[in-house]
Amino acid sequence: MNQAKESIAAALFLLAAFLSVFSVLLICLFLFVNGIPAIAEIGPLAFLSGVNWQPGNGLYGIAPMMLGSLYITAGAILAGVPAGVLTAVFMAEFCPERLLRVLRPAVSLLAGIPSVVYGFFGLMLMVPLSRFFFGGSGKSILTASLLLGVMILPTVVTVSEAALRAVPRSYYEGALALGATHETAVFFVLLPGAKSGIMAGVILGTGRAVGETMAVIMVAGNQAVLPDSLFHGVRTLTANIVLEMGYAADLHREALIATAAILFVFLLLVNVSFSIVKERRQT
Amino acid sequence: MRKQISLLLRALVFAAALFTAFILLLLVGYILVKGIPHLTPALFAWTYDSKNVSLTPALFNTAFLIALALLLAAPAGIFAAVYMTEYARRGSRLLYPVRLAAETLAGLPSIVYGLFGALFFVGSLKWGYSLLAGACTLALMVLPLIMRTSEEALLSVPGIWREGSFGLGAGRLRTVFSVVLPAAAPGISAGVILGAGRIAGETAALIFTAGTAAKIPESVFSSTRTLSVHMYTLASEGLYLDQAYATAVVLLLLVLAINICAALLAKKMTEERNG
Repeated sequence: MNQAKESIAAALFLLAAFLSVFSVLLICLFLFVNGIPAIAEIGPLAFLSGVNWQPGNGLYGIAPMMLGSLYITAGAILAGVPAGVLTAVFMAEFCPERLLRVLRPAVSLLAGIPSVVYGFFGLMLMVPLSRFFFGGSGKSILTASLLLGVMILPTVVTVSEAALRAVPRSYYEGALALGATHETAVFFVLLPGAKSGIMAGVILGTGRAVGETMAVIMVAGNQAVLPDSLFHGVRTLTANIVLEMGYAADLHREALIATAAILFVFLLLVNVSFSIVKERRQT
Repeated sequence: MRKQISLLLRALVFAAALFTAFILLLLVGYILVKGIPHLTPALFAWTYDSKNVSLTPALFNTAFLIALALLLAAPAGIFAAVYMTEYARRGSRLLYPVRLAAETLAGLPSIVYGLFGALFFVGSLKWGYSLLAGACTLALMVLPLIMRTSEEALLSVPGIWREGSFGLGAGRLRTVFSVVLPAAAPGISAGVILGAGRIAGETAALIFTAGTAAKIPESVFSSTRTLSVHMYTLASEGLYLDQAYATAVVLLLLVLAINICAALLAKKMTEERNG
């Protein structure tokens, strides 16, 4: 009796562990079974490098959206990473203990704010400001990049701070003994020592920026055309799905699923590079 | 020269920290200042209609959705963690695909979950836009989070406790349920509550699974609108911006309260271990 109970429980736990594997397989199955035929019908080249997205005219080129995601993500990294890494340096090496007790929860609060609230903030404050300073509608690559830069800030700060604290103290002390000041020791010894950990944080932030949807929709303008200026609107892969899924049918719908499949592959690449960086750190 | 470089670096670091603090204060301050004056009783009226965009139904829907999604995800995630820490042998080959899958799930953007939910739960299983479809979708989304935090909590239970339990003649199952899980409970609950926070803040995965009906659901197959989705609808329609600010305040406070609970539990866990 007891023996049977033990084996049933063991099987149940094993099943629970493999639930995540089944889920990933199921998600893959649904995305690719629906997406790949659509890509084949449109033509892989026409789908990936086509610059026109006009479902009404049978044109399904997602190049504008891929570039849109790329630009906004790059912009977010340019905006968020330097600020994030320097804030992490502050928290790890310059911050008095008492201030840290306020700053840490503040950063995790920033991480917990829902993306609609970020988007709303961007829409109500950043978009008018950008309109005032740069003209146009204010919904642009620049606005979206800055907002996403803020959104990835907590990820970059948390991971980088942990990486900085993981660098052996003897490195820092050695640098001081060689005549470095506190600042130069931190920047030229500790920071390079924490490089791969910081890189991991940047990659995590990249994943978040590529996948972000609601905040981007509210501030990026969403025009499905090739972006030609920092101050013009752009549509990301994620936005494309949300904006049109509600009414799309047939090939249009499948093209959107194919967009999600591309996004899935994109993020898989990000995850793989993250595990490579993580593993290199451990060896 | 050396002194100037040091000063410059110091200035950079302080400027960045000030910038981060400023952004946080600006964001929270702006929402609070613009939103709090519009927290009127009408906003909390029992029903929503197009004249009075009450958030009460959305608040209830959020609670229902969190409860249902966690009911599905928490046991699965905790059991998976039990398997990984208590049952699998160290370096077992079965663990590799599980970890890989959990990491992949954790990295997927919410819109991919939303699309999958729309295809599978709403489409193939014919549930339609429903509370159940939304809950299942979000359960998948928070599963890796619950798995990871539970695993960490279980790993932090000292091995000697398990040995003591085995020594007293308890079986594996009894050890897990009477010794290991109770000891890890604060850490596990912290993870589950973090999951609740993510569910409360989620929008993209819900629009095409749970739908946007702004009323209290009659059954798990009714379409529902959570607070985040409600907030998005108000903001994108642009007709009730004052109410949107007030809704943002409520959403912010809700998520803040959830995160504080999680942090307190996590703190309790580390204090018990160290004390």
